Amino acid sequence: MVVFDKPKSLADVPLHYCPGCTHGIIHRLVAEAIDELGIEGKTIGVAPVGCSVLAYNYFTCDMVEAAHGRAPAVATGLKRSDPDNHIVFTYQGDGDLASIGMAETVHAAARNENITIIFVNNAIYGMTGGQMAPTSLPGQVTQTSPYGRDTSHCGFPVKVSEMLSQLDGAGYIERVAVNNVKNVRNAKKAIKKAFQNQIDKKGFSLIEVISTCPTNWGMTPEKALEWVEEKMIPYYPLGVYKDRDADNKAE
Amino acid sequence: MAEKVLMKGNEAIAEAAILAGCRHYFGYPITPQTEIAAYMAKKMPKIGGCFLQAESEVAAINMVYGVAGTGKRVMTSSSSPGISLKAEGLSYLAGSDLPSLVVNVQRGGPGLGGIQPSQSDYFQATKGGGHGDFRMIVLAPSSVQEMADLTIKGFDLAEKYRMTSMILADGTMGQMMEPVSLEAPELNEYDKSWAVTGTKCERNKNIINSLSLVPEELERLNFERYERYKAIEENEVMYEEYMMDDAEICISAFGIAARVAKNAINAARKEGIKAGLIRPITLWPFPNEAFRKAADKVDCFISVELSMGQMIEDIRLASECKKPVYLCNRVGGMIPSPEMVLESIKAHSKGGTK
Repeated sequence: MVVFDKPKSLADVPLHYCPGCTHGIIHRLVAEAIDELGIEGKTIGVAPVGCSVLAYNYFTCDMVEAAHGRAPAVATGLKRSDPDNHIVFTYQGDGDLASIGMAETVHAAARNENITIIFVNNAIYGMTGGQMAPTSLPGQVTQTSPYGRDTSHCGFPVKVSEMLSQLDGAGYIERVAVNNVKNVRNAKKAIKKAFQNQIDKKGFSLIEVISTCPTNWGMTPEKALEWVEEKMIPYYPLGVYKDRDADNKAE
Repeated sequence: MAEKVLMKGNEAIAEAAILAGCRHYFGYPITPQTEIAAYMAKKMPKIGGCFLQAESEVAAINMVYGVAGTGKRVMTSSSSPGISLKAEGLSYLAGSDLPSLVVNVQRGGPGLGGIQPSQSDYFQATKGGGHGDFRMIVLAPSSVQEMADLTIKGFDLAEKYRMTSMILADGTMGQMMEPVSLEAPELNEYDKSWAVTGTKCERNKNIINSLSLVPEELERLNFERYERYKAIEENEVMYEEYMMDDAEICISAFGIAARVAKNAINAARKEGIKAGLIRPITLWPFPNEAFRKAADKVDCFISVELSMGQMIEDIRLASECKKPVYLCNRVGGMIPSPEMVLESIKAHSKGGTK
């Protein structure tokens, strides 16, 4: 009996991610959700610009590489092309989604675009070598905030889940983390639900996944997981920020 | 021939696109092309199509990118400042070899400029649509009928060569009303095996992508793309010649300027000056051969433009500078009058003042 296997939707190729980076876990959770829902044949994924720019090599479904930040707009086109037969997801980092692509993100949510967004928040620009991100914490040292993020000079982090949950259009917004087994299980549940919502035509779903960047944080993988628990999660509390379906049922 | 109906140029583009099988339109409001979006907003929901007003020009062109990736006919339209915003998307469409139709109903610039007609995006359309080495097929209508016909042609060429066709019109073409006859064209079938429509678990995945980190590979892709461009230069050039058989002065103009030029040429002929016109219909590929041949016959060229002189550079290149090329232009939303063009013809004819 096979008790552990590679998901069918995950390509059997080496990933380029740094040792200890949690992108691999999140990729796997997305692939597991696609497998379990049996939607591999109708799924189209959109890769961003950033560390996961090569995600189009890692999933076995049809894939599109978008310009920096434009994934929700590209996903809108892919979805509207054949709304009944295309399951469309984007996989985006914090610079991509919350900085250069903020307009596309907000308006896709406002339109209740029936797509699934996997938003990987590791509070830094990884691919370009560790610059300050829109989600970098106050005081966080990065290449472009070498003395720590000074909020009097460059403002405060963007809390994407809190912000988007204010929009009537947003259907399901949850923040999860992948720093321990319990959180990984929760993340899986949320990601699967975000795809199920799309199948059920429930509209815009976004799962914010708190992730790590040991390389650019300058930490061991183990220390990075601790930093998520001690610094990231207190600033970015986990939980469901919006669930229109549940809210409607409760009323 | 279908019955003629009176339509604005912008509406003719929209109706022609629908007749050509386009069922997806994304746009953002900007004068003077809003009639296209208004027409689409009215029509698309009634025919099972999708009209969506995007949050920006940037988003609109990326929605186009998404639909284009699935192999369906898709378009956007805008005017000069909005086209600048779409430049990023145009480059990605080229890099991913996706077909699309983009309409630019030009207005005066630079910057926010004005809202009156202009042809000052010629460079942008024919040479600098965005970063990187790429071309767009650029079609320049000179009547409402051509607004429709070139839209249909543009979709076909875009699919045939997997690239963007741009309709380079101007505010006059967009706003003027003329009788136009519209018929659904026979659609050519092109290979779409590259499209992302879901694998149905029956084929290997497709990837729509413009990223290529291995220089040898990126170089190969560029060379291959330019082989395709070469075929376009050989096979798809379109232009009109008017009274060029015995012409001693060759006027060159496209769009609204060509109509003004024809009036001036008729007037010049009445005064015994043998003027003729070469009207490029494809601005890229440029009708180089027509100008090269004309250079052996005529005394000079006059480029009539609603710009500070952009097409004039291509005329000089095509005619290999064998004969002088003069500029007759108005800008900022102004249009040269037939009288102004006639004066220019007279000035540059034999025994003229210049």
